[in-house]
Amino acid sequence: MLKYYGSSVLVVVWVGGSGAMEIREPLRTTQLDPKFKFEVAQMPGGESIKYCFQCGKCTATCPIRRFEPAYKPTHIVRATLLGLRETVLTSNIIWLCASCYSCTERCPQGVRLTDVMRAIRNLAVKEGHVHPFYRMQGSAIATLGRIFKEDEFINEMRAGMGLLPIPSVNREEISTILRDIEVNKILTIEKEGE
Amino acid sequence: MKYAFFHGCVIPQKENAYELSARRVAEKFGIQLIDLEGANCCGFFLEAVDHLSATLLAARNLSLAEENGYDIVTLCPACFGHLTKVRGGLLNDHELRNTVNKALRKINREIENPPQVKHFTKVLLEDVGLEKIKSTVKNPLKQLRVAPHYGCHIVKPSDEIQFDNPEDPKMLDALVEVTGAKCLYYMEEKLCCGAPVMGVDEKLSLKIVREKLKSIKRVKADAIVTVCPFCHLHFDLNQLTIQEEYSEEYQIPVLHYTQLLGLAQGFAPDDLGIYENRVPVDPILSALQQ
Repeated sequence: MLKYYGSSVLVVVWVGGSGAMEIREPLRTTQLDPKFKFEVAQMPGGESIKYCFQCGKCTATCPIRRFEPAYKPTHIVRATLLGLRETVLTSNIIWLCASCYSCTERCPQGVRLTDVMRAIRNLAVKEGHVHPFYRMQGSAIATLGRIFKEDEFINEMRAGMGLLPIPSVNREEISTILRDIEVNKILTIEKEGE
Repeated sequence: MKYAFFHGCVIPQKENAYELSARRVAEKFGIQLIDLEGANCCGFFLEAVDHLSATLLAARNLSLAEENGYDIVTLCPACFGHLTKVRGGLLNDHELRNTVNKALRKINREIENPPQVKHFTKVLLEDVGLEKIKSTVKNPLKQLRVAPHYGCHIVKPSDEIQFDNPEDPKMLDALVEVTGAKCLYYMEEKLCCGAPVMGVDEKLSLKIVREKLKSIKRVKADAIVTVCPFCHLHFDLNQLTIQEEYSEEYQIPVLHYTQLLGLAQGFAPDDLGIYENRVPVDPILSALQQ
């Protein structure tokens, strides 16, 4: 529910949920970052966020929402369009999207919400807010080229079943192509520092 | 028929039985699966962190296969989906292609004509065909009632994947029926299994797969059939966790589609890695012997 109190104060009341990204205080327009939506829209896959007309079909169709009432994709989009930059980027709830593409399939406005969620997550990562699970996976891939290490254990198990060893990854090639991307520097540096 | 076989991450780590059974089935049709040497993670797991990195990893795999001259075949729908999407991007977006090739040139690679990417079920349906599959079925599995689980990435996003209709998918039904087994409809057929959020919120993830299991138990299925190694892991391994945590009993065996087809083709359970499955498959095996 959105109420409008004059030109400088917005009151956003998000009913329900278990606290994540819930705002019950009046919002001052001065707290909002009007450029945030453009920032998201400029990320690859983020373009379509501007078509959203808040019908709520994404939330209705979302398998995560069905089992976790605090997760409401429609509200994440609304908060982004409003310009609640910090709230969105630091929220844990953006990491719940299962990337199942149910919302993208059904959005009447053609918002590719799964890709928009990815754009929002990518922005959050740039700001240093990475969910620990994704940080772990990300640094494994950046250093090993895969999420697991090919070791004798795996190859022995495979040999026991009559399968050939798993092909080795050329790790040097992986680090060469990922080296110049800022985000991966963050990931690998923190990995080395651990 | 020769293909570059793309392992992905989940299969070598946890679901080798899927690869084993797929190789057995492929041999029946004269399909050669040649390991894609040097391949890395498809890139899907990096999507949430950085889209460009995820794209570059996929592009490197595509360039390896282009060099070999074979189309890519994978058993993992997430790899299939991600590689397909990146391939589409490279074909349609010149700017992206330039960015990618600029990075690939650093390792002396380049993409000119990215190879096709196929999921193994797509090969079975489109390159082998139901008729030919049917002709290899020695022991029709008439006694079996099977609940199919499609999963998400094999059909969605449909505009980029273009394989079956996500609102009413039928391809796995057809593949199951060709083995002689009865394909069941159940309430939660199209629900995601919940596996992708396992690392972020384990409880939530288990709640979702439990809902699916309840729905499958209600139709008294003898087995669940999956085409995704990650879905399989969630249904199979985590079924045991759910039974313990909620004090409920399911004991529904979970088969990779290639194991089901392999049984119908007369392979021994050992040839298909069936004893690697966590929920015991014995009830099915003994039913089939009667």
